[in-house]
Formats: sequence, C-alpha cells, structure tokens
Amino acid sequence: MPSAIVNEYFRTNKLPQIWCPGCGHGIITRAITVAIDKLGFDRDKICVVSGIGCSSRATGYLDFDTLHTTHGRALAFATGVKLANPEMKVIVITGDGDASAIGGNHFIHACRRNIGITTIVFNNNIYGMTGGQYSPTTPKFDKGTTAPYGNIDKAFDIPTLAAAAGATYVGRSTAYHTNLLISLIENGLKNDGFSLIEAVSSCPTYYGRKNKKGSAVDMLEWQKDHAVNISAASKMTPEALEGKFLIGEFKNSPEPEYTSEYQKIIDRFIKE
Amino acid sequence: MNSNETVTEKLTINENWCKGCGICVKFCPKKVLGLEHDKVKIVDIDKCIQCGQCELRCPDYAIYVRGK
Repeated sequence: MPSAIVNEYFRTNKLPQIWCPGCGHGIITRAITVAIDKLGFDRDKICVVSGIGCSSRATGYLDFDTLHTTHGRALAFATGVKLANPEMKVIVITGDGDASAIGGNHFIHACRRNIGITTIVFNNNIYGMTGGQYSPTTPKFDKGTTAPYGNIDKAFDIPTLAAAAGATYVGRSTAYHTNLLISLIENGLKNDGFSLIEAVSSCPTYYGRKNKKGSAVDMLEWQKDHAVNISAASKMTPEALEGKFLIGEFKNSPEPEYTSEYQKIIDRFIKE
Repeated sequence: MNSNETVTEKLTINENWCKGCGICVKFCPKKVLGLEHDKVKIVDIDKCIQCGQCELRCPDYAIYVRGK
C-alpha cells in the first residue's frame, strides 16, 4: 500500500515511474499533489496538461483529468481547456526545452494574457528524453551531446522571462527545497491569473554525467549549497552571491484574469 | 499491487519501487537508512523521528512515514 498522498492522487497501477534513478522529476510531481491536497481542491475540477519530454511523462502518473499533448504545445491545449471551462484549475507540467524553446512563443503569450493556468517548469538543464542535447537553460560552457566542446549560448532565466512577459505570480524552488516548492505551487494555484513556478530538477543521467556533477545525491547537495532565498539575498554582498542562484517568490501582483475579461465582453453583448 | 513491502511502526518501504538512488539515505538527519544491493534498508529504526525528509524527497514514492 503506497502512502496516502500517492494512493489518492497517483495512478498507482502505472508505478513505478520510468524516470532514471535519482531524477528530481518524481520529487516535483509529488510536491504538486501535496500542494493540491493542502488546498483541498475538487479533483474533478483540475486538469493537468503536459507537452513532450521527461517532465511531461508526469501526467501519465497523475490521477486527474490529464492531457499529454504535442511538443511545446501544452500551453496551447491548456488555453483551450481553460477558455472552454473557466471554472477548472488548469495546471501545465512542462520541461525547460518544451516551455522555453519549442513552446517559447506559447509561453510568453500565455504569460502576457495572464490566463488562469499554473505552469510548473521541471528544469533539468538538458533534453533528457532524446539523449542529452543542450537546451535553452543549459548554463553557458556546459556540455551536451550537441555541444561536446561546451555550449556558447547564454541560458534563459525562465522566471525573469515569465515576469517580463506578464505572468502575475512567479517563483523558483528546487527538488531539494521541496517544502518551499510546495508552498510556491500552492500560492501559484491561488493566483487567478498566470502563475509560473520553475522547479529546478536534476538529471544525473545526461546533464550530470556530461558535466561531471556526480551522483543524484551530489546534484541535490549542489542545489542545497547554491540556492539562496531571495529574502536573504538582499542582505548579501555581490561576492557572497557569486555562483549562486535565487529561489523563493519573485513576483506576486494579481491582475484581471483572461477568461474573466473574455466573459465581460460576452456579458456586454448579451445585455445589448 | 506491485509491492514488496517492509512495514515497521514508523516507516514503510516498497522495495519494488526503490531504484537505490540514495537520496533518502543521504538526507535522513538521524542516519536511520542505508543501501543494500541497491535498495534502501532500515539500519536503525529506533533513531527514526518520523520527520518525513525521506518521503519528501523520494523520487519513487518507495518510502514513507506511517501514521501521518
């Protein structure tokens, strides 16, 4: 008998999941269900949509209404779900490549519209499923199968991109900082508009091995040692922040949500 | 059910789901756990304080705290 959370929210007949030993994706997927459980949402009013990639396998394991869609298009499908059923809580699970490369255009425009979708980006810094090609979040000079001498592209900072594009709730946590991740997902789900939570994952198989990051445990320890909460960062010197990355709530500024604005147009013409 | 469980008063382990990544072993603050033949094993259950750090970070849902 699995734990109460797993028994309640997972398709247990599909477990064990197919992710590699020590992959952070399993930790993040469970964190999503804990956040939903804490909020006490009606599970029949939740739809989880994913694209393609390791991260996007998560919808196969989650026992809600789920959609496993095409590469980069999770937000396009989710927009349709939300517009057809504005009362639904729509969650998108996507990866760094799925969200910011193949689906980059859908991503920035979903942010701009402030449509009521909570997007969780499982960022493992690489295309894991297809064999370790570098992605838009592979750090500069790190290696991938398509960058054997190091990647010369500058990496996207997904939360900064989302905030600039108009997302109204933005945060980042890691697989290691699981309790913070759960609380960010909870707050993201409470926001009526577009919420973006980057969940820093770990890929010991490709990104880790190609860049000599050690075992799955070493990669979580790296997250523990290099993440700085934004509330602590303001009191730190630039030298102390060198080589670190920020976690925490970066933006929480609610604005009118897209489907409710759309409904106002409909209501106006019904009256006339 | 696809399970091969070790059930104690404090923890439950499903060996069939465990992939032996060692995350729970590393982050257990009381050193309750160990690995044996690439599977998690309880080394000293008396030290377990049921903090749930293992359950929180197990990517495979193979270990959890009982009665919580």
